[in-house]
Amino acid sequence: MLLIRCPWCGPRNEVEFSYGGAADVVYPPDPDALSDAEWGEYVFVRDNPRGPFAERWVHTAGCRRWFRAVRNTVTHEFREES
Amino acid sequence: MTDDLMRSPLAGVTFTAPFVRELPFLAMVNLRVGTFPHPLPGPNRVGTLDGRDVLWLGPDEWLVVGPPGDAPAIETLLHQALGDTHGSVVDVSANRTTLAVSGPHARDTLAKGCPLDLHPSVFGPGHCAQTLLARAQVVLRQVDADPTYHVLVRGSFAPYLAEWLADATREFW
Ligand SMILES: [Zn+2]
Repeated sequence: MLLIRCPWCGPRNEVEFSYGGAADVVYPPDPDALSDAEWGEYVFVRDNPRGPFAERWVHTAGCRRWFRAVRNTVTHEFREES
Repeated sequence: MTDDLMRSPLAGVTFTAPFVRELPFLAMVNLRVGTFPHPLPGPNRVGTLDGRDVLWLGPDEWLVVGPPGDAPAIETLLHQALGDTHGSVVDVSANRTTLAVSGPHARDTLAKGCPLDLHPSVFGPGHCAQTLLARAQVVLRQVDADPTYHVLVRGSFAPYLAEWLADATREFW
């Protein structure tokens, strides 16, 4: 069981949350200018680091707000970050 | 308003455990606002506003709860308080019904299906939280130190949760 800190509700059990994938993925400023390969890269390709990883989470069963968190993919330790 | 046409999602359900009952048709009005002229409760807490209970739901969201039939009066109260301030006031009374679980076995019963720490040192009277109970989304609040809890659950989940409670309470009476 992971104890995840919602920035609004405080620490809650992981079952209250849903995962939103990597954070900080910037929408292309001009999508029409992208090749299929570049669009595919934007949509599907993500880093898969060993260690700290910035992620999006949503407190589905709580306040229903999205937030950003940094999780260590080795230890599952969450680091507080907004 | 309560009238003969109103029917609780738990109408006809018999609560086998003597310490579980339904409080049907409570008035519930959702308030979303940035700044409000009256003090509103902070995270995971219940406050009061003109005799009604105010439950914190999120950073800009509260649920005002009153007796059955009180929703129009609550709406008027909130609209007047808002004045020209931008905000949202919605009567959501029909969204949820309320289950009261009280007495010495209430905490152990709810702890079977709730991921919150309900120990009195962590969660006490005046506390509330949106969480899960037996995998159903609920608003849970502790009303007094008996302890009495109120479980606000959506109508479509209420019969399921009532059955779950019947099973979870079976060992206690
Ligand atoms: Zn939250």
